Amino acid sequence: MSSSFFQDTLQAMPAPGKTMAEKLLSRAAGKDLRAGELAICEIDAAMGTDGSIPMALDYLQQMQPEGAALPGPSLVGRVYFAFDHYGPGSGARALGLQERARAYAKAHGVQRFEVGEGIGHQLMMELGLVLPGQLVAGADSHAVTYGALNAFGTGVGSSDLAGILQCNQLWLKVPGSLKIRLSGRLSGDASAKDVALSLSRRLGADGASYLAMEFDGPGVETLDMDDRMVLANMSVEMGAKAGIFPFDACTAAYLDGRALRDYEPVHADADAVYTGTLDVDLSVVTAQLALPHRVDRVVDLENAPETAVEMVYLGTCTGGRSKDFREALEVLRAGGGVAPGVRLIVTPASEAVRQELQAGGLLAEFEALGAEIQAPGCGACCGSCGSIPSDGTRVVSTANRNFKGRMGNREAQIFLASPRTCASAAVHGRLVDPRNGRAL
Amino acid sequence: VSGRSFAGRARVLGDDINTDYLISSSRKKDSLDPDVLRHYLLEDLDPSFAASVQHGDIVVAGRNFGCGSAMEVAVTVLLGAGIGAVIVKSVSRTYWRNAINNGLLVIVADTSQIVEGDLLELRFSGAQPDLYVGASRSLRIECEPVSDFTLTMREAGGLVPYLRQHRKLA
Repeated sequence: MSSSFFQDTLQAMPAPGKTMAEKLLSRAAGKDLRAGELAICEIDAAMGTDGSIPMALDYLQQMQPEGAALPGPSLVGRVYFAFDHYGPGSGARALGLQERARAYAKAHGVQRFEVGEGIGHQLMMELGLVLPGQLVAGADSHAVTYGALNAFGTGVGSSDLAGILQCNQLWLKVPGSLKIRLSGRLSGDASAKDVALSLSRRLGADGASYLAMEFDGPGVETLDMDDRMVLANMSVEMGAKAGIFPFDACTAAYLDGRALRDYEPVHADADAVYTGTLDVDLSVVTAQLALPHRVDRVVDLENAPETAVEMVYLGTCTGGRSKDFREALEVLRAGGGVAPGVRLIVTPASEAVRQELQAGGLLAEFEALGAEIQAPGCGACCGSCGSIPSDGTRVVSTANRNFKGRMGNREAQIFLASPRTCASAAVHGRLVDPRNGRAL
Repeated sequence: VSGRSFAGRARVLGDDINTDYLISSSRKKDSLDPDVLRHYLLEDLDPSFAASVQHGDIVVAGRNFGCGSAMEVAVTVLLGAGIGAVIVKSVSRTYWRNAINNGLLVIVADTSQIVEGDLLELRFSGAQPDLYVGASRSLRIECEPVSDFTLTMREAGGLVPYLRQHRKLA
């Protein structure tokens, strides 16, 4: 058959519908895009951290003509600097790097989130700085969290952040999308973190590489915004470029009173083309545990090896929100407190979370249980501040990564779990299935 | 890139080499200087690795190279250590971006037959790299072609020179 036959046939057939990722990036690029196409996109908002900004400023300087001063951000008013990775205990050099970022922000009117205000991603969400339909880049891999709000949130490095400061543009390849079709409702003690870990278990650490994970199905409406943030946040642990939720009443309710601008959500077309579909029945998800040192080395908690625990970490952009602390505290109360010899660290994801815990009396309760309450921020998640575990310490954490050395000591072992499972480990001083209190 | 070739010694790593392994976040907080950081390359995985690196070595790895954090020092630390190229079965998207932006060559190929210390030679004709293994070049491994965009960025020397010259991407 001649090639014109195919061309005629193609023209006669309507183009298939689009995924949320295709629509979001088409909007950002101002042209009709499909998966696989490379495009120059305009950014709606960008976030950098003290971990990524100093290097970005070096790149930005190198982008200027010889002898020229650093320019201000191209997109005034929509770039945010979060000083969340480094705190008072990070050392003089880290604080020196942070100070460079602060000086640039002051000189150019960049809004900054100061040390102790919280994790940049959490603040971007809480303050309504990410809106449905937007493309928001973060110079930190967990910028995928923004997808919970029906935005295309994606992580970039420092050179890309410098490019954004320079011209507000980002080159992006439109990803294919993997549909995660949710059904049922979480039951018992299972939480969104258990869903995220079970996804990691099924897909592997690169199972969504270069793809957008698009959540869909009747299970979506059973998940609150905190749950959605956990799932979007952890999508990068499977290699995803974005983890996107549909817009619904839950999204609208979250943004009510937060959104400072109008927004236009995107919806996937019914005939959109996906690279694959993964069905997840929320009602059968049980407590999951990622063993050291891999995020996808996941087992059912009830099959976990007999393990003593010396440190329990509640916090991070994955597991540091009010709901996480409420769930953990319920288990701690029921279990009668923290076992001797266990350090319980509490690091709220933001000052708003800390205040909510304080107002509800939860912070005092944690303190009474002997927890170490730390300033809101990234804490010890990547070993850049907070409580670094000592040699041989086994940590059970609500965080997202358990690589060897991740918390600043390669001689420690990190297990990842839900807030309830973490609290249960704190109660018993070992890994225990919170459903039946049975020691493992 | 066209017409270039270079050779180096294979330094073989496994699957899922995350950026925290390439350079620990807790090192990055003290310095961003690749000349300093190169002494801590891969220290959590193998504390003796950094001292054994020779200029021109080629890092060979499995799947999902550079996963995890998007920190860009995980690319510049390799450049600082004199690593000439990275040949992997697959690469994480943030690492790929950072590599392109900094002019670090990342080649995708089936690396399973390459062993530690193998002499490797990469030759380019246009966008197509060819990989030869062994002193007598007895084994040829097929590589994925490099994208036009990658070639454009490489010819510019990376994102920084590109934006210094053009001011905008488009």
